[in-house]
Amino acid sequence: MDLEKFFQHQNNKKQVKILTCGSVDDGKSTLLGRLLYDSQNVFVDQIDQAKIESEKYGTQGKDIDLALLIDGLQAEREQGITIDVAYRFFETSKCKFIVADTPGHEQYTRNMATGASNSDVAIILIDAQKGVLEQTKRHSFIVNLLGIQHVVVAINKMDLVNYDENIFHKIVTEYKELIKNFHFISTNYIPLSALKGDNVFSTFENTKWYTGPSLIETLENIQIEEEDFNNSFSMPVQWVNRSSSDFRGYAGTISSGKISKGDVITTPSSNSQTSIKNIYGPNGELDEAFTNQAVTLTLQDELDISRGDIILTQDNKKILKVDQFAAHLVWMDQDSMLPERNYIFRFNNTFINGQITDLVHSININSYEEIATKKLNLNDIAYCKIALNKMHSIAPYKNNHQLGSFVIIDPYNNKTIGAGMIDHALRRSTNISWHEMSINKNTRSKLNGQQPCVIWFTGLSGSGKSTIANILEQKLHTMNKRTYLLDGDNVRHGLNKDLGFTDTDRVENIRRVAEVSKLMVDAGLITLVSFISPFRSERKMAKDLLQEGEFFEVFVSTSLEECEKRDPKGLYKKARSGELKNFTGIDSTYEIPENADLVLDTKTNNAEELADQIINFLESKKII
Amino acid sequence: MNLTHLEKLESESIHIIREVASEFENPVMLYSIGKDSAVMLHLALKAFAPSKLPFKLLHVDTTWKFREMIKFRDDIASEYNLDLLVHINEEGVKNNIGPISHGSKLHTDVMKTQALKQALDKYKFDAAFGGARRDEEKSRAKERVFSFRDQQHHWDPKNQRPELWNLYNTKIAKGENVRVFPLSNWTEIDVWQYIYQEKINIVPLYFAKERPVIKRDDLLLMVDDKRLDVKDHEKIENRMVRFRTLGCYPLTGAIESKAKSVEEIIIELLESKNSEREGRAIDKDQIGSMEKKKQEGYF
Repeated sequence: MDLEKFFQHQNNKKQVKILTCGSVDDGKSTLLGRLLYDSQNVFVDQIDQAKIESEKYGTQGKDIDLALLIDGLQAEREQGITIDVAYRFFETSKCKFIVADTPGHEQYTRNMATGASNSDVAIILIDAQKGVLEQTKRHSFIVNLLGIQHVVVAINKMDLVNYDENIFHKIVTEYKELIKNFHFISTNYIPLSALKGDNVFSTFENTKWYTGPSLIETLENIQIEEEDFNNSFSMPVQWVNRSSSDFRGYAGTISSGKISKGDVITTPSSNSQTSIKNIYGPNGELDEAFTNQAVTLTLQDELDISRGDIILTQDNKKILKVDQFAAHLVWMDQDSMLPERNYIFRFNNTFINGQITDLVHSININSYEEIATKKLNLNDIAYCKIALNKMHSIAPYKNNHQLGSFVIIDPYNNKTIGAGMIDHALRRSTNISWHEMSINKNTRSKLNGQQPCVIWFTGLSGSGKSTIANILEQKLHTMNKRTYLLDGDNVRHGLNKDLGFTDTDRVENIRRVAEVSKLMVDAGLITLVSFISPFRSERKMAKDLLQEGEFFEVFVSTSLEECEKRDPKGLYKKARSGELKNFTGIDSTYEIPENADLVLDTKTNNAEELADQIINFLESKKII
Repeated sequence: MNLTHLEKLESESIHIIREVASEFENPVMLYSIGKDSAVMLHLALKAFAPSKLPFKLLHVDTTWKFREMIKFRDDIASEYNLDLLVHINEEGVKNNIGPISHGSKLHTDVMKTQALKQALDKYKFDAAFGGARRDEEKSRAKERVFSFRDQQHHWDPKNQRPELWNLYNTKIAKGENVRVFPLSNWTEIDVWQYIYQEKINIVPLYFAKERPVIKRDDLLLMVDDKRLDVKDHEKIENRMVRFRTLGCYPLTGAIESKAKSVEEIIIELLESKNSEREGRAIDKDQIGSMEKKKQEGYF
């Protein structure tokens, strides 16, 4: 064998990334097992092991169950289902395939979006006996949403419908209708049987009426949209390389276009420009570099560039530096998405805090209808407006997948809870800037002779928050301290009278109060806030609005039983009878503070004593 | 110009390695001395050139590695001027834990899994690179590139963070850590092809040579030192053998082979019918055993 030639050939093989989607029993794992088995990408000992396991868990009698070559985790093997995204590899003489195998259950839509985000082609499996199902609609929608442009519809289990041509054509017609508004560049339909191997690698005589190519031939011949080189250059800076005082390079992976030595570059917010001095690729100096290449760039003149910045050529008009934009979201967490809640947005090369300000509509992925909604649940898809706490350079997803995509992270538990695709930038905020006043917080607090801060009381309804806060304010007042008490019930009569008690409204309620308390601290006041404030996330948001040492969380830790026994306003009784909905502690959650600055026990101390505890605390913190 | 398959993999891995250096406070590269580690180290050197690696390397030494591996490790560390840490579970050494006396399961747990956890805790590493690939084993196929571990270093396969595009979630709480696998999308043949193309140095044990071996439990074991405890009925023979994976020598079976160069290995590989982990005793302890080990914190 001539190895040089062999490697040349290996190297010329196209890389094709495939997503497989199908519902539970469409035979997806069997098809994948078939692809691996027939392309001879399975080793003898793996087959032996699958044979052993086939006897134990298999569904194919004495025959080897090809699905068992695929299903990886023990638990799912025993249940006979795939529960997560798995990656598979096989090659033919023309292509190297990387397959993302994702489950078809309704509750695992998030996994499909995950697989789709890194795929060029989607194989959509349809069981010939069942035809187009709701799941087929859902899968096709996600494939389109994530920007996959090539779809192969594999109509499987043809052996179980006697290779009936009419059934095949009926499904094709139905599917064409389904995707008429989608943006697929190519759509291919193949009748096959994964179990028997018909039309998977070679065409099969039982389907003589089908004259098209087999599944593998179809996949090998798809012209995957290669990067459009008319697209202007952009590269998010990932890492600044300072190996010595005279070497300063910007490392990153090119997100669009092409760059050559000497090209003039800039950054989205900067007026200055310079040119490329050198390009270093993985194998040393290059004259030019392209999309998806990891490079290090050096510049003729120094610009102020760090991680989070984007280097681009001046003709690049699609990339804008903004703090608001509209995007499609896929929600991936059990905890619902609530507008105005604080989340971390992970972009290509930076993490920025922000909020989803408007939930424009969610989309029913079975009927493709747009629906007005107040929150998003696991696997919901929606169109939203998002505001960031800091400006960032973005591009529409359809122009630039790298700069147009983001994931959402819960700042509390660091879980990945959502993913988004930017539709377009919103420029409305750039004209409003924060006015710097000449009299500020410091000058006011000097005049007042006190350190302004927020004392945030949280606890169940009837726990004693307002009683203690009221006594505390009296005590501070006699000490000549300037104070203000924001009380939940009182604020709901005015500023927040448009809000109800759903989770969404509770978040907005606290957001407004937090913003008001921030202004009051700016005014130099010791601000007492007495709100149930049931969610950790909003209490953290309030804390994050203020500076270190300006926010103290006081947890009034009266138990639910005790509050219900006291029931000063008769609310628990109403809630228990169902007369009052969304009542905290009864049918709405209260999340106990994990790191309160002060925990007050109303069982062992009376309100007067507890207020004194707070006074002592404030003295120790040098607030008063 | 379109990138070739290997160029795509190379850039993807470099991106992953740089991301860890940018986002974590105290990352480390687990260096197992094998061919995958060699490729991973090679990619890391490229990612930060001309700078030095911005993190240390860690080798968890079970004290039962082939002698040639240890020599190779030290040679590479001095050739590339690397900061190499070596960690041994001294508790295990004190109790004379070994694969022959205690079996592969206990030995691997104490000298490898527990030792790794000790080292991560000792140096407070928040991210650790590993050279594992998704094509190696079925349960690996489901692991993320950035794989989250709790404070006990446990992996929860049902609770993995979704991983979209190349937007890796690097956020963790204190005491938690992340295992990062830059070679996730490489296959065995990709790795060999890259070693060939880039002329990467690998441990000579990968190449066929006459070596003293005995046959034990269907594995051909190399007599690397006296601790193998060769029984009277076991005959030491000199055979042309090489190793497809490298681990503790009493647990790593040799294969008979004539492949003396990377080229010959690739040809052999293409013609071979047995997958890579076959030579390892630890995988077949029980069905699904790799998954169990990983949940307990094995790399």
